[in-house]
Amino acid sequence: MSATDTPIQQAITWLNDPLNWAGPAGVWDRLGEHLWISGAAVALGCLVAWPIGVWLGHVGRGGGAVVVLSNLTLAIPVLALLTILPLTPIGFGKPPVIIALAVFAVPPLLANAYTGVREVDPEVSEAARGMGLSGGQLLRRVELPLAVPYLAAGFRTAVVQVVATATLAAFVNGGGLGQIIGAGFGLQNPGQIIAGGFLVALLALLVEGIFAVMQRAVTPRPLRRARRGAGRAERAAPAAIGT
Amino acid sequence: MSFLAYQDPGNPWFSWQYVRDNGDTILAALREHVVLTAESVAIAAAVAIPLAVLAYWFRPLTGPILAFSGVLYTIPSLALFAFIAPYLGIGERTVVVPLVLYALLVVIRNSLAGLTQVPADVRDAAQGMGYGRFARLGRIDLPLAVPGILTGLRLATVSTVALVTVGVVVGHGGLGQLILLGFQSNYYKAEIMTGTLLCVALALVLDLTLLGVGRLLTPWTRRRAAR
Repeated sequence: MSATDTPIQQAITWLNDPLNWAGPAGVWDRLGEHLWISGAAVALGCLVAWPIGVWLGHVGRGGGAVVVLSNLTLAIPVLALLTILPLTPIGFGKPPVIIALAVFAVPPLLANAYTGVREVDPEVSEAARGMGLSGGQLLRRVELPLAVPYLAAGFRTAVVQVVATATLAAFVNGGGLGQIIGAGFGLQNPGQIIAGGFLVALLALLVEGIFAVMQRAVTPRPLRRARRGAGRAERAAPAAIGT
Repeated sequence: MSFLAYQDPGNPWFSWQYVRDNGDTILAALREHVVLTAESVAIAAAVAIPLAVLAYWFRPLTGPILAFSGVLYTIPSLALFAFIAPYLGIGERTVVVPLVLYALLVVIRNSLAGLTQVPADVRDAAQGMGYGRFARLGRIDLPLAVPGILTGLRLATVSTVALVTVGVVVGHGGLGQLILLGFQSNYYKAEIMTGTLLCVALALVLDLTLLGVGRLLTPWTRRRAAR
């Protein structure tokens, strides 16, 4: 690499060097960390947000709380949670990073689960009750299946957001692809900075694409047109209601 | 709260002593945070509102405009900083550009929603009264879209306040500087917490300010709300 190369050329050189891909702290290693942290955070978020969201939607209460929660998490800097959580009894390592990311996965998961169950046509639930279904049966056999498109939209939004946010774990040395960018800034190596940015952006766009296809696949055909674009719209929508 | 008794007395979560001793640093960080937020949201609004109007006038443009800003929104903030820093250097400009790009989508989407919610009969009436395209925009469409536009600006402002902290990567993260410096200075909890609290408070204050501005600009919605 010569000093006269443009940053882009340096980035291509960096990406073409097999030494940057292999071994500990190589691209594959960082990618593995990134996916593991993100996966764990989304799983944790689902575990917390879905039962609460579905239950609130089922009983039809707590819409205001859902709006307040999503607005509140919007105002909390990721950096703050990433630096505060390790100093609590949770301790250092991967758990505080996973919990911090899960906090930001909760609002889209919660809001979509709530809306999905809440928006089930009242006539449908009336008919189900008339057929003698109990509250639990109504939830399992009618409301949950009809809420699947919303749940999938929320899941996609949460996954994309967590994968993007996981980059910031690099600030607290928490691993993931962000470390490559962080190290690039530390070394003042523009090629590595851009190469890291490219990898992170590529991963985010890939994940977005994959989960958009997944969302479409689990949405029954008759529901597709009406719910199109629910993913991102649903994220902005609850906040808009609260204004 | 008895567990507090077991904590290291030398490193409390909050300390007025720290705030008093570092007033200048804290104020400078806060000032930088406010300036970066204001610049980013103002530029984003100046670009996004005309784009929303364009998409409102020429519906076929809606898809491409939203798709393009959607792709920008998907790219992680640190990656945007990474693309821009080698060209713009380590300065405040490098922080403003990604923040503007992020705020764009939110403002465009909500402004467009506000514009498309203008009732068709109102538009027809304006047309019938002889309003041209620009007169209708200035006197009918935009005023009626104010609630949507302000929702967009509020969401953009709140998320920008949080995002400014990522600017620490190029040394201009406003209050984020306090947070990261506290973490790196042997986990100085008071510094981290002061930065965090000011950040959340700033978001809240700016949000309420914009809410108030919105109330003043749209007196008719208040009358309706009062029933």
